[in-house]
Parts: sequence; C-alpha cells; structure tokens
Amino acid sequence: MKVKPVNHAKAAEEFLEDAPHLTFHDERLWDMRQKRDQQMHLLPEWQDLRTRASEIKEHTLANLPEYLEQFEANAKKNGIHVHWAADGAEHNRIVGEILEKHGAKSLIKSKSMVTEECDMRAYLEPRGVTVTETDLGERIQQLDDQLPSHIVVPAVHKLVPDVAKIFAKNYHTDPNDNDPQSLAEAQRMAARPVILTADAGMTGGNFLVAETGTFVVCTNEGNADLSSTVPNLHIATLGIERLVPRMADLGVFVRLLSRSALGSPITQYTTHFRGPQKGGEMHIILVDNGRSTRLGMEEFWTSLKCIRCGACMNTCPVYRRSGGLSYGAVYSGPIGAIIDPTFNERKYSTLPFASTMNGSCTNVCPVKINIHEQLYKWRRVLAEHHELPFVKREIMHMAGKLMGQPKLYRTAINGTEVALSTMPRFVLYNWLNPWGKHRELPHPVKQTFHSWYKQNRLKKDKAQ
Amino acid sequence: MKIGLFIPCYIDAFYPNAGIATLELLEKLGQDVEYPMDQTCCGQPMANSGCNSDAAAAEALFVRNFAKYDAIVMPSGSCTHHVRDNFDAIPQTEDVKHVRKNTYELVEFLHDILKVDAFPWAEFPHKVGLHNSCGTLRALRTASMSELGEPFFSKPMDLLSKVKGITFATPKRPDECCGFGGTFSVTEEAISARMGLDKVRDHHNAGAEYIVSADTSCMMHQQGCAERNGVPIRFIHIAEILNGARA
Ligand code: SF4
Repeated sequence: MKVKPVNHAKAAEEFLEDAPHLTFHDERLWDMRQKRDQQMHLLPEWQDLRTRASEIKEHTLANLPEYLEQFEANAKKNGIHVHWAADGAEHNRIVGEILEKHGAKSLIKSKSMVTEECDMRAYLEPRGVTVTETDLGERIQQLDDQLPSHIVVPAVHKLVPDVAKIFAKNYHTDPNDNDPQSLAEAQRMAARPVILTADAGMTGGNFLVAETGTFVVCTNEGNADLSSTVPNLHIATLGIERLVPRMADLGVFVRLLSRSALGSPITQYTTHFRGPQKGGEMHIILVDNGRSTRLGMEEFWTSLKCIRCGACMNTCPVYRRSGGLSYGAVYSGPIGAIIDPTFNERKYSTLPFASTMNGSCTNVCPVKINIHEQLYKWRRVLAEHHELPFVKREIMHMAGKLMGQPKLYRTAINGTEVALSTMPRFVLYNWLNPWGKHRELPHPVKQTFHSWYKQNRLKKDKAQ
Repeated sequence: MKIGLFIPCYIDAFYPNAGIATLELLEKLGQDVEYPMDQTCCGQPMANSGCNSDAAAAEALFVRNFAKYDAIVMPSGSCTHHVRDNFDAIPQTEDVKHVRKNTYELVEFLHDILKVDAFPWAEFPHKVGLHNSCGTLRALRTASMSELGEPFFSKPMDLLSKVKGITFATPKRPDECCGFGGTFSVTEEAISARMGLDKVRDHHNAGAEYIVSADTSCMMHQQGCAERNGVPIRFIHIAEILNGARA
C-alpha cells in the first residue's frame, strides 16, 4: 500500500481551534524571534557572520569525504571509536551492539534529532533497554509519546497544565500543581536516580571538528554533560553534515547558533569532547541516512548547511499557527518542509505547500539557506513526480489552458454564470468553498477593468 | 517610453478601481500607457503550484502582448516577482528576456524609474497601516526587512509621505506575512484565514482606518477576513491614494 501524504491543513485546522494553546505558541515563538532580532542588532557584523558561516559550510560539504576521513583519523587518535551508519537501521544496530557488549540495560539520553530520525527508542526498548530522555522538553515529549514539535524547544506547543497532567500520570505529582518550578523539581527528582545508575549515556552533537577529531555539544540544561560523564560509556550520534574543518571555524557558528535560536548570546553549556574519560569508552556514530543522496541534489544540497537553530520555525507564521506536530515528521517548519521529502517523497509531498513562501525563513537563517526558494523548487519536483493531489493538478492544468486563450478567458471572467458553464463545477467548488469557510468572498463589481478600458479609452481613441 | 499596463486577473475582476487608478496616475504623470486587450495572467498561479509547464501558455501570451513595450508596469508585486524571477516555463528568447528585464511593480516604477517627487493632487486625511506583500518586500525589496536589521527604507512609504494629510499606524508585526499565499489561501484555508485575521487585527489595534497596499491579492484576502470577523477597517490600493482618492 502506498503511504498517505501528511494532511498538514487538517492538523493545522485542529491546532487553530484551541485558542489558549495557539496564542501561547504563536507569541512564545514570536518572542524568540524578537530576541533574536535584538541580538542581531547588537552585532554589527551579523550579516558577515552569516556569509562566513554559509561559506564554511558550503566548502565543507563540497569536500565532505576528505574532511570526514580527517575527522575519523583524528578522533581515533583521541581514543574515540568511530562508526559509520548508512541509515537508521544500521545506526540502531550499532547502538544495540555497543550496549549489548557492555551489558548495558539503562541508557540516558540528551536530545538528539538524529536518534529521532532513526526512531531509536522503538528499536532499543523491545530489546530490553530502558531509554530515558534527560532534557526536560524531550522528556515531556517522551512521556507523552510524541515527537519533538520543535528542534530546540521540543515541547513548546504545551502549556504548563498539560505538563502537570503528564507528570501526574507518570510521577504521581499533583495534577493541579501548575507551578513550573515544582514541575521542574519533580522532573529532577525523577531523573536524578536514573542518571546516577545508568549504564550508558547518549548525546547528539552540534559540531564535528575535522582537524582535532573532537565534537561539540551546545545545551542549556547541562544534561548532555551528565549523560556523557556519569556513565562510563558515552555514545554520540551525529549527522555527517555537522562537520567544520577547523577549531577556528567554531567561533563563527557558536556566535550565531544560540542568538538565532533563542536570542541568547550563547548556550549555557558549550562542551568540547576530546575523548573518553579515564577508564571509560567513547563512541561516535556518523550517520548518513539520506544525507549523501541529498548532497547530490543540485537544487537542495545546501539544506545540509543547517545547524538546527530553529530560527526558521520561530519566524514562520504558518509554523507558529499550526505547531510542529502538524507536519507529521521528525523535522517540522520550513527546514522540515525542504528536507522531509528527501526521506519520503510521497508522505511529505504536502509540506512544501504548507507555506506562503514569504521568505522570512531565508532571511533569519544563520547559514543562509534559501529555504523559500527551495520550497518553490520542491513544488516543481513534486508536480513532475506526480505527487500533487488530482484536483489541484487538474485545476492548474485547466487554468493554464484557459490563461493561454484570451477569448475564452474573457468569457469566463465576465460572469460566474458563464464561468459555471465553461468550467467544470468541481473547479469552482474546490476553489470557492474553502475560501469562504473562514472569509468573505470579494464583492462583485459592475464592470471589469477590461471593459472599463474598452469604454473609456479605446472608444475615446477612436472618436479622436 | 511606451508603457504596457498589465492588470492581474483578480484586479480586473474584483478591484477594477485599483487598475483604473494605476492607469490614470501614470497618465497624470505624463506617461504614454497602453493596456493590451488580449492579456490574461502572468502564469504565477500555475508556477507557484509546481505546475510549471501549465504556466507556459500564459507566459507565452504575456510575451506576445508585452514584448513591444519599453516598460511593463503592473500594480502587483507578486506578478512582477514571477515575471522577473521565475518566468521560465517557456524558452528564454530575446523577447522573453526583454519582458523580464523591463517589468516593474508600480511603486518601484514610480520611485526608481520616474522618480516622482510630488503628487499635488493627492490628499488622504486618514491614518493608514501600510501592508507590504512578501513579494514586494522580500523579492522586489521595496522596503527594508526586519530580519536583516538593515537601515530603514520604504519606497511605498516614501511615496505615501508626499500625500497631504496622511498619517501612519505602526502595527506590531509590520512585515509578517498576511497568509494569502496564492493557492495556499485555498489549500491551507484555515491557517491562511487565521493569518489574515491576525494581520487585520494588528493594523486595527494600531489605530489604522485603512490598510493600504501595493498588492490587491493580499487585500482581497485580508478584506475577506476582516469582514467575516467584524474588524472595522477599510482597504485601498496605493495607486488610488496616489491618484487622489480622498476615501
Ligand atoms: S534552516 Fe537555517 S534557520 Fe532553519 S534550523 Fe536550519 S540553520 Fe536554523
């Protein structure tokens, strides 16, 4: 059976029905965008930083195999075990094997989008491994059995009372205690013992540095540091595009990352990992999972520059009003809409259309990905691959024909009655009904511009 | 300079006054303007939906209609953006290149090409909220964009400032998209309408009596949202104000 495309429009409509959640979500993320703007204004060199970041990433991606090999060699010198995973299945198998070798049954984890991509928990749990997310937002999402709805603030679509209910169910706290402080405390109390007794820790990572064979994790809660240092076994999972050539390049990205993401000058923790702690083991899994294919796509390869700051989501007026879950994918918002179709073209064929292509995303992107232009290009690709709904394709086909024939077009435009008889009914219904659901139709006018012109200019000309 | 006037389909059918004002304004400014009668559409709706090949007939017709003019002027940012930046469903002949290079949105034409410094006939004693469509803003760059932190500039504001009696409201999110988005307004109607509602409320709360824009498509959508939700605000195309409309 063919998979069904994600129905973003319907999910968005449901999201919009809940006023308190909608308002909070929209304003919270807009506030992050505003804070990002303030940080930008404080740095006169902001645009230069963006250009530099983009250039470094493009250079790295253009020379990816060389830099990856350099990274691998240097990381090995540092005593890190380096693994390569072609796809999610291989990634999960590698993690499973490492854990099995150590008899590890309890894995604590700090947020990593790549493990979500690979659906790792679903693989490990039936094999007897308990996976515990340690970051607050990610943990909330895990307890609620949902994907992160945002790549930086995974539970941003939830209000405090939602969290209170989830914690009450899982931690037996008071469901009516809506004090964020005490909820955070409840999470801490529940998480600490798990962290202290865990067999293994797992993190994602923001940057791989080729010249040093090290990697960097930027967080605000510090749980990545616990996950990586309390247990003696540390597994880090990163996409192969996380690479930068030199230590010196990091300065550019670290300055941009948190400013773009949250509007704070830097994350609370910027941890550089150089190798295993004494008596411990460190593994790094470099994940491809479609990235090298994407690298070969002429129109879309620059999407690999992404540093996962989430700024494009925060600024996106559609994302803010539909929530990350409405995209039905690991990656949501503008960046999701341009990379998700590379994972499954049919399933995510609707996402490049869940946008007005207004271009705000492109403007905030710290690595200058031309997101809205890629949305436009994806639409073409999807239409060429017949991934457009039948009705839409037909409407566009007919409209295209009509627009090429001025006489027929005139007849159609001169009155809905005529239009009704010349255009199949379903065209009009599919158009006018949705328009009118939450909006008034434009008012009819007595005369089109065309006929006004004929009357007031052409006739005059002839009279002269 | 011979100017060919392009009037997009929704202006032709629903907002002829915006088209008439555009024509009259250019004539008042002493321009030689002609409206080719066989025009239909620039091809944008098809191309934006991904159906680029379906845009070919419209694009070819557009070129047949307009290749003979020195400049093609249209009161629409998104159509200008399409012709200038995306018009590639047909082979790029010399005529096509000429048309693409010489197509202007009305505001940029008045501001950059004619460099108009006065509209002595214009007076608009109202508080207006200026809406820049994303096409004019982020593609044609007729105003500074909040995301880039560039020094403030606004071509439409420059022109409107020359109108007697006009004052401006300052909405909270001046360059957030209003949610029209072409076919988006239909395929994602709920979210589109919500964005439109938020937009008109933002202007209304800032004290605007009118929303003025160089893009009628955005206003058609915003007006529908305002009317459905009882937001008391009126809409007017920038050409109408510059041409001397008083209300
Ligand atoms: S696409 Fe750009 S703005 Fe969006 S998450 Fe990636 S780096 Fe950030």
